[in-house]
Amino acid sequence: MDSTPVTASGLEPQSALSARMAAVEEARRATGADPRQPALDYPPYRSTALRHPTKDLHHADPEAVELFAPCFGERDVDPLEADLTLGGAGEPLGERTVVTGRVTDARGRPVRRQLVEVWQANAGGRYVHSGDRHPAPLDPNFTGAGRCLTDDDGYYRFQTVKPGPYPWRNHHNAWRPAHIHFSLFGTEFSQRLVTQMYFPGDQLLALDPILASVTDPRGRAMLVAAYDHGVTTHEWATGYRWDIVLGGAHGTPLEDGEGDRA
Amino acid sequence: MSTAPREEPPTRTTPGQTVGPFFHYALPYDGDRDLVPPGSAGAVRLGGRVTDGAGEAVRDALVEVWQAGPDGAVPRETGSLRRDGWTFTGFGRTCTGRDGRYWFSTLEPGPDRPGAAAFFALTVFARGLTDRLFTRAYLPDDTAALAADPLLASLPAGRRATLVARRDGRGPVFDIRLQGEGETVFLDLSGRRAP
Repeated sequence: MDSTPVTASGLEPQSALSARMAAVEEARRATGADPRQPALDYPPYRSTALRHPTKDLHHADPEAVELFAPCFGERDVDPLEADLTLGGAGEPLGERTVVTGRVTDARGRPVRRQLVEVWQANAGGRYVHSGDRHPAPLDPNFTGAGRCLTDDDGYYRFQTVKPGPYPWRNHHNAWRPAHIHFSLFGTEFSQRLVTQMYFPGDQLLALDPILASVTDPRGRAMLVAAYDHGVTTHEWATGYRWDIVLGGAHGTPLEDGEGDRA
Repeated sequence: MSTAPREEPPTRTTPGQTVGPFFHYALPYDGDRDLVPPGSAGAVRLGGRVTDGAGEAVRDALVEVWQAGPDGAVPRETGSLRRDGWTFTGFGRTCTGRDGRYWFSTLEPGPDRPGAAAFFALTVFARGLTDRLFTRAYLPDDTAALAADPLLASLPAGRRATLVARRDGRGPVFDIRLQGEGETVFLDLSGRRAP
């Protein structure tokens, strides 16, 4: 019954992978698993095979230490670290871009003075990492790592260049949509979040098994920034807005009666 | 909370995504694994090995620790990213090496109340993990406290042992098995019990 077409690389073609992504999404809808969070066991993303836990996460009531999170302050982060275009002798290549948004808990309260870390490929789709063998140029004026603290209203803001998409070997002709990796802390341990922000209108979004590991389309939509002309600045940079909502024990969302089971 | 939020409460939280393979130039920092200087008074090595479902080393994992101090109090000090060598912030971060091993130089946490079991809270990230995993590494010594711990008591005996560190000459050893034989118990701390 396996009619998978053969590809030059010997890897699975996108068409077959996309069909599997759709099948997993459909199957997961029926299981009662929370589709808003990524599936740990997600075969279309091959590296999950030997790395996902096979047992369900075990419920634990948070103990005292887990009701807090590490504190970061002025001493930890230099404000210049929020500008990824600095640090070289010249300007990095690519589309200069500002990414900003608000970090809140699930009840809409701002997450104040907390650490946000980002990392990304350069405009050509290449990371400053020895493991990245994609033969796109490195940019001597771009490293692609930044940090900031959220302000008193929960806002973060980075200036960077728009990352390029890049190929990977998950399947034949596999390309990651352009994305920025985000790492966040909340006010309690269980709010810890590492995720990826995507750009709107990217045709690769629908083909990407890492994004598709979030099997709820509304969950995926939360990972895509919005172009915001109010963030774009005159003769300087385009602007994107991306808000982040952290979960955690205290911030358990109010049920909206849709997509949630009683 | 005495004041109403200014906005409608959102109903969804932002999903996690894998940390991927390329975080090493961004997330590690000088002194990340040294919550206290190695060899200083009271310093122990908390370490272990991260393995996958084939028992192979996971050489590109990131492990974070968050913990109480020896007095059981939760640290509220800043300075984890720029350590001064004197302030115990309770947070550390480290990457596994080619052999899948990680370690921290830290202090052993105390219980937060008399009779409670002391543990390190750990977070694990890796390529191929679509979301972070939480677990606890309990200190093995106070058997009465371990027996009374609500989480450990809720686990079958065979799985309970995966959360209790053993000791070598330098401190607690806590192996993290992502999958398969002896799979570590990973935690849902969201406060909602599965139906």
